[in-house]
Amino acid sequence: MTAEFVHPDLMPALPEMVMLAMTCLVLVVDLFLPQEKRGFTLLLSVLTLLLAIGAVILVAPVSSISSFGDSFVLDQLAVVLKIAVCAITILVFVYSRDYLADHDIYKGEYYVLGLFATLGMMVMISAHSFLLVYLGLELLSLSLYAMIAFNRKSLRASESAMKYFVLGAMASGLLLYGISIFYGITGTLDLTQLSASVKGQMAEHPVALGFALTFIVVGLCFKLGAVPFHMWLPDIYQGSPTSVTLFIGTVPKIAGFAMAIRLLVDGLGDLQVDWSQMLTVLAIASMALGNVIAIAQTNFKRMLAYSTISHVGFILLGILSTSANGYASAMFYTITYAITSSVAFGVLLVLNRKGFEAEEISDLSGLNDGNPWYAALLAIAMFSMAGVPPTVGFYAKLSVLQAVIQVDMVWLAIVAVLFTVIGLFYYLRIIKVMYFDKPMEEQTTTIKEALDVKILLSANSLSLILLGVFPSTLMAYCILAFS
Amino acid sequence: MYADWPLLSLAIWTPIFGGILVLFAGDREPSGARKIALVVSIITFLLTLPLYTQFNTQTHLMQFVERHEWIAAFNIEYYLGIDGISMPLILLTSFTTVIVVISAWEVIQYRASQYMAAFLIMEGFMIGTFSALDSILFYIMFEAMLIPMFLIIGIWGGANRIYATFKFFLYTFIGSVLMLVALIYMYSQSGSFAIFDFHHLRLSMTEQVLIFLAMLVAFAVKVPMWPVHTWLPDAHVEAPTGGSVILAAIMLKVGGYGFLRFSLPITPDASAELDWLIITMSLTAVVYIGFVALVQRDMKKLIAYSSIAHMGFVTLGIFIVFRIINSGHGEQGAALALEGGMVQMVSHGFISGALFLCVGVMYDRMHSRQIADYGGVVNTMPVFAAFMVFFAMANAGLPGTSGFVGEFMVILASFKASFWIAFLAATTLILGAAYTLWMVKRVVFGDIANDNVRALTDINKREFLFLAILAFAVLALGLWPDPLVEVMHPTIENLLNHIANTKI
Repeated sequence: MTAEFVHPDLMPALPEMVMLAMTCLVLVVDLFLPQEKRGFTLLLSVLTLLLAIGAVILVAPVSSISSFGDSFVLDQLAVVLKIAVCAITILVFVYSRDYLADHDIYKGEYYVLGLFATLGMMVMISAHSFLLVYLGLELLSLSLYAMIAFNRKSLRASESAMKYFVLGAMASGLLLYGISIFYGITGTLDLTQLSASVKGQMAEHPVALGFALTFIVVGLCFKLGAVPFHMWLPDIYQGSPTSVTLFIGTVPKIAGFAMAIRLLVDGLGDLQVDWSQMLTVLAIASMALGNVIAIAQTNFKRMLAYSTISHVGFILLGILSTSANGYASAMFYTITYAITSSVAFGVLLVLNRKGFEAEEISDLSGLNDGNPWYAALLAIAMFSMAGVPPTVGFYAKLSVLQAVIQVDMVWLAIVAVLFTVIGLFYYLRIIKVMYFDKPMEEQTTTIKEALDVKILLSANSLSLILLGVFPSTLMAYCILAFS
Repeated sequence: MYADWPLLSLAIWTPIFGGILVLFAGDREPSGARKIALVVSIITFLLTLPLYTQFNTQTHLMQFVERHEWIAAFNIEYYLGIDGISMPLILLTSFTTVIVVISAWEVIQYRASQYMAAFLIMEGFMIGTFSALDSILFYIMFEAMLIPMFLIIGIWGGANRIYATFKFFLYTFIGSVLMLVALIYMYSQSGSFAIFDFHHLRLSMTEQVLIFLAMLVAFAVKVPMWPVHTWLPDAHVEAPTGGSVILAAIMLKVGGYGFLRFSLPITPDASAELDWLIITMSLTAVVYIGFVALVQRDMKKLIAYSSIAHMGFVTLGIFIVFRIINSGHGEQGAALALEGGMVQMVSHGFISGALFLCVGVMYDRMHSRQIADYGGVVNTMPVFAAFMVFFAMANAGLPGTSGFVGEFMVILASFKASFWIAFLAATTLILGAAYTLWMVKRVVFGDIANDNVRALTDINKREFLFLAILAFAVLALGLWPDPLVEVMHPTIENLLNHIANTKI
């Protein structure tokens, strides 16, 4: 048998290639820039992401196409998620600038690492084999470890990075273990072939398959931050520089969602009865623990970490309903959550000043007195997270709930809405602190306003209302991705 | 000439965008923001007037219908329309908002533009709630109006405002999320979120009971019915005057409206099966809460409890119909009960709003709501005292005022169902008179109690204006309720026909 080298179709991976080339360019160019011209790195990074978005749109296929021996797939799901990832990363980069400058960490590496992480996420989104999923995941994780530890002077950040590294490595290990068992049973890493052969093995290797699936689900939920694999999340959120928290708290959720869909739905669809049950337990635990513990937090970043955990529970609800409708709802939820979350952290970043790290909830006291505009932007984000209409958060919850009810799990929907009510309390508390409390005396209310940040942040926050009133377009894309 | 105008949309969006405009006008020049707010509220009121003048009283069908596709994925529509039940409530909303804007004119100094904007935006959502014919649109409006009210109580409220506003929001929210689950469930059965598709959806008894209970929680909290009423006294006491007025005059009506639009027609069999529950809760509100009101020391709290008692009549009127029909007295009596409930809602909107404004007038001068701090107000504020006594009489159900009509209709109808129900309901005529008039006696009459009362000045022209308008409304509705009853009659008849047919 002659091994014939088949030249892969490179076009589907054009966005990734653009990203890689441009990121290397940014890395080199940044070396020659003096500190006062660091803005150029930012500009170039944003340009990179815009180019990547352009490339995604350029190669967007009508139907699903795969390349590189079926291990790389470009479909509607990948297109939408990649655009979302790149667009939100742009927001992250712009919001971070002043924070980085104030904390003397305004370095090109932040952007380069961020771009590599984004590349990793894009690979994860398109990956259709265990190997590529893992490669993308590790590229993302390694970049994130470095980004967290980026502020070398901060002890807390180093501690967080260490914690994230150790726990992240363990999660990767679990994932790999699950992958290896599947490989042992089916002899393939490719998700399409895996999906085809799992059914045949179900009678023969029920225990091994169950084990392997469990490891995959655990690894996945660890990355997503579902209870009981959530321990790292609050510490990392709190310990990281806020600009990095902004990044971790938004975009990787989208990649995590893609990974869940690729692995569980595409690859292990035949085991859906099993993983759907596992996810039910995890989802309820996440919503319960996330919402209840968030109430006790005094640190805003930590509170948002627990809020993330509860939102992950909601995303899992959509996935566990094992219907196209449910996946589309979960996708909508994930994307809009990332957008909402970027507003919350974005406002927090704006409030940071030199020598003052705004991260306690009390730091927001009386924000409406000094800065009614930013208070309003954050209030919109909080109402959206709480799921109060007319913000998009309501619509996201509505779509997930209807997916759950559609598959006759009304009890689960009731559990979910009751935890939403509990969650409402701590979001309202943020509103209360901003609007009803008086500002603390030592706090100066002058905020250094960069116009571009203000415009982007405003557009970002108002988009929550806009999407809430007109969710049709985005929802249509999400439904298209699973039809 | 109005036939082609999307009047309902205009009535919803004019105040919302007007409110945003007010928000941007800012506080540097508060009088500017106030003027814009007044103009916007008056325009909205004028926009809602044709809804009455052009209303066709011969049909039960929806009028001024606007129907557009909105969210295709879930078949959610932008579907508006009004009938005899919703139209009076929309007019009440736009009318009350004008009064509230006038009443806050000089009183609110702290962030006046945000205050005005909150009321205008809330007005839009409330009109939307009453005119939505798609259940998700209804739900969105229903929830969205909580946000401005949450801020109004929290920012401009009294000392214990944070507790009160959290309680208000959480109570209402927990009720409504269960309703949301019920709505989605019905969507999964019918494939549509339109309320009329729910009306004609066949549901088994178990389904009906569960849906009924889910919606009962949502609307009972809103009305509020005993025993989920406890948020109301807190919210009323802490809210600024305008907030109390809107809360009492409009927001509570959303609950009653919800029973008429959702509970009765969607789950008629469950409603008939469980009417004893609602009737018991209503009578408890009338009798027990009446006694509770008697012992209040805080005027606002007293009026709040009196609101709960009066709203008990509304729910009693709505759910007594099954017993009237079963007793063989036919639909004549049933229609009387429902219409009585509706009249009571509108009338209570005027009277409780006016009473809260009266308390507000005194509070602005004395900064106290305690009955014990007053006494002999009539000596220093004779004109005001006349209004206060008048509204108190109306609250007690004096014939000739609107307060009498609704209660009388409900009691009369209840006699056809059961003597004892009517008897218990009628105790309100004694209790209502007792707690209201006793409060008036202690506050308004008698000798001047202290130097603060001695220093009071009578109401100014602005205050005279809004009290006079309300007094006129109370009298007009009391002496000649026909226009209101006529408007709702075909709708009520149709509703009764609808619920007479089982859906199982």
